[in-house]
Amino acid sequence: METRTLAVVSAGLSTPSSTRLLADRLTDGVVTALRERGVEARPEVIELRDHARDLADHLVTGFPNAALRPVLETVAGADGLVAVTPIFSASYSGLFKTFVDVLDRDALAGTPVLLGATAGTARHQLALDHAMRPLFAYLHATAVPTGVFAASEDWGSSTELTDRITRAAGELADLVAARPTTAAPDPFADPTPFEALLRG
Amino acid sequence: MQFGVFSVSDITPDPTTGRAPTEAERLQAVLRIAEKTEEVGLDVFALGEHHNPPFFSSSPTTTLGYLAGRTQRLQLSTATTLITTNDPVKIAEDYAMLQHLAAGRVDLTLGRGNTGPVYPWFGQDIRQGIPLAIENYALLRRLWDEDVVDWEGKFRTPLQGFTSTPRPLDGIAPFVWHGSIRSPEIAEQAAYYGDGFFHNHIFWPADHTRRMVDFYRRRFEHHGHGDADQAIVGLGGQVFMRKNSQDAVREFRPYFDEAPVYGHGPSLEDFARETPLTVGSPQQVIDRTLGFRDYVGDYQRQLFLIDHAGLPLKTVLEQLDLLGEEVVPVLRREFAALKPAHVPEAPTHGSLVAARDSKVEVTV
Repeated sequence: METRTLAVVSAGLSTPSSTRLLADRLTDGVVTALRERGVEARPEVIELRDHARDLADHLVTGFPNAALRPVLETVAGADGLVAVTPIFSASYSGLFKTFVDVLDRDALAGTPVLLGATAGTARHQLALDHAMRPLFAYLHATAVPTGVFAASEDWGSSTELTDRITRAAGELADLVAARPTTAAPDPFADPTPFEALLRG
Repeated sequence: MQFGVFSVSDITPDPTTGRAPTEAERLQAVLRIAEKTEEVGLDVFALGEHHNPPFFSSSPTTTLGYLAGRTQRLQLSTATTLITTNDPVKIAEDYAMLQHLAAGRVDLTLGRGNTGPVYPWFGQDIRQGIPLAIENYALLRRLWDEDVVDWEGKFRTPLQGFTSTPRPLDGIAPFVWHGSIRSPEIAEQAAYYGDGFFHNHIFWPADHTRRMVDFYRRRFEHHGHGDADQAIVGLGGQVFMRKNSQDAVREFRPYFDEAPVYGHGPSLEDFARETPLTVGSPQQVIDRTLGFRDYVGDYQRQLFLIDHAGLPLKTVLEQLDLLGEEVVPVLRREFAALKPAHVPEAPTHGSLVAARDSKVEVTV
């Protein structure tokens, strides 16, 4: 069976967090959907709370410390990404944005992404499409059409949330399964020849 | 191997007193640091170029010209000269002039500069940083190497029949180092010309420096200038020393915590682990510095940053005493014992003239 790496970024702050809960449900959905397509997924879950200080240090020093480096490499090298944030003040959380800010510029270019968000009430739902989706468009990531928003009440009501998770997971699995695994370009292994630089 | 210090010329309040030196005081302090660098037996003093407060050093050739008259042996260099926003014609003129005044004790390190507004202030576009560095240096080389230059490029007005004066001392251009923290294009540029490559080293993890230097060495060999281990490498380093390492940590911590570049971020201990920063005894500095060779190979120039973040002049001069008396003599001995014979020393004006003359004799 083919394998693909699936990075899962969760920006929840409490323990346990409903953001992580949604991230886990989405991960399970994508793993199942990929298996149905003959692909074995290797999920790598990243809790941003564990790296809050590392991220702040990166902002100040300009480089990722030893704890953060492998996390950034995991996300940049993943075949697909599940990104889930709580909605704070009408948008993704500051911690989530800080993580996005320290990614290399091309780290997510072409990467299929499933967007998820949580909040206390359904009134925040459009933040997913009005704030989070443009962010990933800027990064040249391929966000699947279905984003999954979970308000507190969704955890107790009908199967609508589960249906959305299944649909979104299927959309991500389609893209991940169809896309060949690609290694990130290494400018040190394959430099631009100086003659080409001289020509401008 | 050459040892020295480099200064970015920042005017920073001393966090233990809250007082910042005046521009005049700081400028005089840097002159004193440079003279002391020679007095304690170090080889190189390098000065940055900046065009915005809190830095004073907008015109390094003026400062280095003064120092050329005040010193006898000291190699005078830059850290860095802005190849992007200076007119390459002016760089050719200024540094050729300085080389004459200093009787051959000048080299320079080119950098792109990382202060966004400096580009538009000097009529340039930061997005063109790499193309500017490539084109401007190609012109700079020709202005030094050819007596009469016809030239046309993208970034400055064309030249017809132009002669840059004064001509380089003894017909040999000052040796050039190219400095870059993370751009492979600049390491490639250094390798293409067979010039030196200087990695600032101090604010980034060692693995990053290793990758850049390794790349430069491979490309130096690719472009036919010698074996990879014969490429000319310089490194920065950042140290604070007291006889007793606990005293060094205690005294330096307030400066670290408030430092302009990394203050209010990681702890001193974390940063010292992640980067080459060494705060401790002279022996710790010796051990750490010798360790640089493990990941960049035998290299030619080691510059230390010792005068930033508001450290008072008296303290900086004490650091120079420790470097001159306890650290550098040991490093010279140890590095020399480790270096194979086929690895060259850093080129100097004298060695470049001798190399040119021996080549001429062979062809005659």
